[in-house]
Amino acid sequence: MSRNLILGLFLSTIVVIAAGLSFVWTPFDHASMNIPDKLQSPNAVNLLGTDQFGRDILSALMVGARTSIAVAFVAVGIGIGLGVPLGLWAASRKGGWIDEIIMRANDLIFAFPSLVIAILITAIFGASAVNAIIAIGIFNIPVFARVTRGSALSIWEREFILAARVAGKGSARISFEHILPNVANVLIVQATIQFSLGILAEAALSYVGLGAQPPTPSWGRMLADAQTLVSIAPHMALVPGCAIILTVMGLNLLGDGLRDWLDPRLNEART
Amino acid sequence: MTLLSTRGLNVSIGRKSVLKNVSFDIEPGEIVAVTGESGSGKSMTALSVMDLLPEGAQTVGEILLNGADLRKQSEAQMCETRGQSIGMVFQEPMTALNPVKTIGDQVSETIYLHRPGVDAEAVTARTLSRVGLPPDRFPLTRYPHELSGGQRQRVVIAMAIACGPRLLIADEPTTALDVTTQAQILDLLKRLTHEDGMGLLMITHDLAVVADMADRILVMRDGEIVEHGETQDLLRNMQHPYTKMLFHASMHQAKLPTIDPETDTETPLLSVNQACRDYRLPRSSLFARAKQFRAVDDVSFDIKRGERVGLVGESGCGKSTLTRAILGLEKVQSGQIQLDGAPVFAGRRPNLAVRRKMQVVFQDPYGSFNPRHRVERLICEPFHLLSDAPTGNKRDELIAETLEAVGLSPEDAQKYPHQFSGGQRQRIAIARALIIRPELVIFDEAVSALDVSVRARILDLIAGLCRAYDLTYLFISHDLNVVRSITDRVMVMAAGKIVESGPTAQVFDNPYHLYTKSLVAASPMLPALES
Repeated sequence: MSRNLILGLFLSTIVVIAAGLSFVWTPFDHASMNIPDKLQSPNAVNLLGTDQFGRDILSALMVGARTSIAVAFVAVGIGIGLGVPLGLWAASRKGGWIDEIIMRANDLIFAFPSLVIAILITAIFGASAVNAIIAIGIFNIPVFARVTRGSALSIWEREFILAARVAGKGSARISFEHILPNVANVLIVQATIQFSLGILAEAALSYVGLGAQPPTPSWGRMLADAQTLVSIAPHMALVPGCAIILTVMGLNLLGDGLRDWLDPRLNEART
Repeated sequence: MTLLSTRGLNVSIGRKSVLKNVSFDIEPGEIVAVTGESGSGKSMTALSVMDLLPEGAQTVGEILLNGADLRKQSEAQMCETRGQSIGMVFQEPMTALNPVKTIGDQVSETIYLHRPGVDAEAVTARTLSRVGLPPDRFPLTRYPHELSGGQRQRVVIAMAIACGPRLLIADEPTTALDVTTQAQILDLLKRLTHEDGMGLLMITHDLAVVADMADRILVMRDGEIVEHGETQDLLRNMQHPYTKMLFHASMHQAKLPTIDPETDTETPLLSVNQACRDYRLPRSSLFARAKQFRAVDDVSFDIKRGERVGLVGESGCGKSTLTRAILGLEKVQSGQIQLDGAPVFAGRRPNLAVRRKMQVVFQDPYGSFNPRHRVERLICEPFHLLSDAPTGNKRDELIAETLEAVGLSPEDAQKYPHQFSGGQRQRIAIARALIIRPELVIFDEAVSALDVSVRARILDLIAGLCRAYDLTYLFISHDLNVVRSITDRVMVMAAGKIVESGPTAQVFDNPYHLYTKSLVAASPMLPALES
């Protein structure tokens, strides 16, 4: 395993553990206000300080990790769930009209700036975590469809696919039995990268007030709250900002590391 | 003075020793062939002379070029030596040339690098004429994709000899080429060696080529030279058992059983009737009508039950297209292909009743299996064709029986394909084709990627299976020697048409069609050996 992979795994695991732990324990109740202790710098009681209402930032950060992970996870799930079958379908009908329709529809979605459409969706259907998930998820579909189709096309040229066709297997069956397991490593890598982009997108939507609504904490909104107070309480902005940076960096390193680790050519060199 | 001499060359990569105590000499004007099977270290020998070994390789020993030890040279001096004193020709002309540079630029590049001050363009033109690409017919502004495989290999040779090297290394220079082209390239290499007094170190697995070309032969196995000598002496008087095995395996004739007189040979099993297959070419301009390329042109033939038929032809002659059409994977534009009276192509949904009578074995022993499935699952893939596929114990028994029939053990069912060698994988491919007892098996270049000794064993296996299962097969290959040993009847295909067909021995011994004659004449033959 490379250093990148270990560091990425380490950072990602911390975020997941923090989010998981927040279900059973946080240092304080993340929503309980304590005005006298407001705007505390990091100290022995409030490890990462308090915000303008005296709420514990570490607790909010842990519960916020939950929101980020949930939104990114479901959004990537939507992308994989719809994008991968579409990509497989397009690859199995290479050059046909189904391929054309799927891929041109992909291009259409790609042509829109994703954040603007996300704002549009939340503006029409109202701001909530669920709508943020849908908005981010839609833009994951073409990414996965394209990556799947690209890798699947090269697998379709292999002789074992010809052998499966000689065995009378239809294209749907070949796609799931032979193609999917052989493109899975590419998809795993893409999923980690989309996951980090999902966390960023969720933070951006929450920052402009279109993501998770109060009292559910979210890293993006914590940043937005800190904006006006940045000169008197810089820790309020630094803490969620660093959390976002480290999480995204961790996931990207994980994706890069996985790509190297799952590369069959490198695998052969290892064994 | 000796041109190249290596003394006690040892190369190891990691803990694995790839060359052991390799010593040989090459005199100016001499052709030395290094031969052996895959993994014997023949390419490593060439790469160590060029000092182009993969990273992490440890070299011990001396490599003397004109008396100077190459191993003591710095990388900068080595760069000077490569190209100027040593030229190299690679196996695959498609990848050895840069697709975005013209042939003139690629040849003159080495001249600019190593001979500053000379008129590079004139030298380039002269060099290309010498390799048979005169600039009036092949302008220097051509790109590699505008040339055929043989012409590309000529460009690669021109690049190698442009600076008048003392030593030319050719690593399997004709393996990727058709037989007729191969003969021309070999003649060219021979001529250039004699004209320039170069030494030629030729690496090839093909003993017929070696016997025809080389002045001296080095036979390698597992990184060691097991036998060496003057070509004629060595052929007449082989000492080492490995050399003997190698030569006998290359000339191996499998013993085909005679066709069982009981089988019904009247109704054809496979009947191809005036089949044509067109491909649409890209439009030459936006409004031009797209042209058609006819890959299979009015092909008709029958295969009767019990017949072992060969199909030979060079690359691009339409063999593979015809195979796909017979397998029912692609539609023919006109004509019919019928198996046992039913059409093989039935639209998008495959006709299982027809498919189950026909199976195929492909060329590439590495690409023809899903790397993520176990052997058991791989060879059971055709069960999908059966409405009553065996299950449970019966399935396991059938798997064990089939694996044993192809010379593997029943325990191999639990392994993954990467745990097997190329020859073993080809056995698995045959097991997969046979497990549902098809009436017709198509071998598509099934032994082309294998080493000679493995190839001989697979041919014996096929002959043995003929005896056990009364196989009917179509054996597609570019190798006339293989086809001769394993078929009763042969068809010769050129430019989409079948130009000649008849009993194998008759077609190859007395070809009447011009194309067949040139094919037979061009195939390198091993001289008859006293056994």
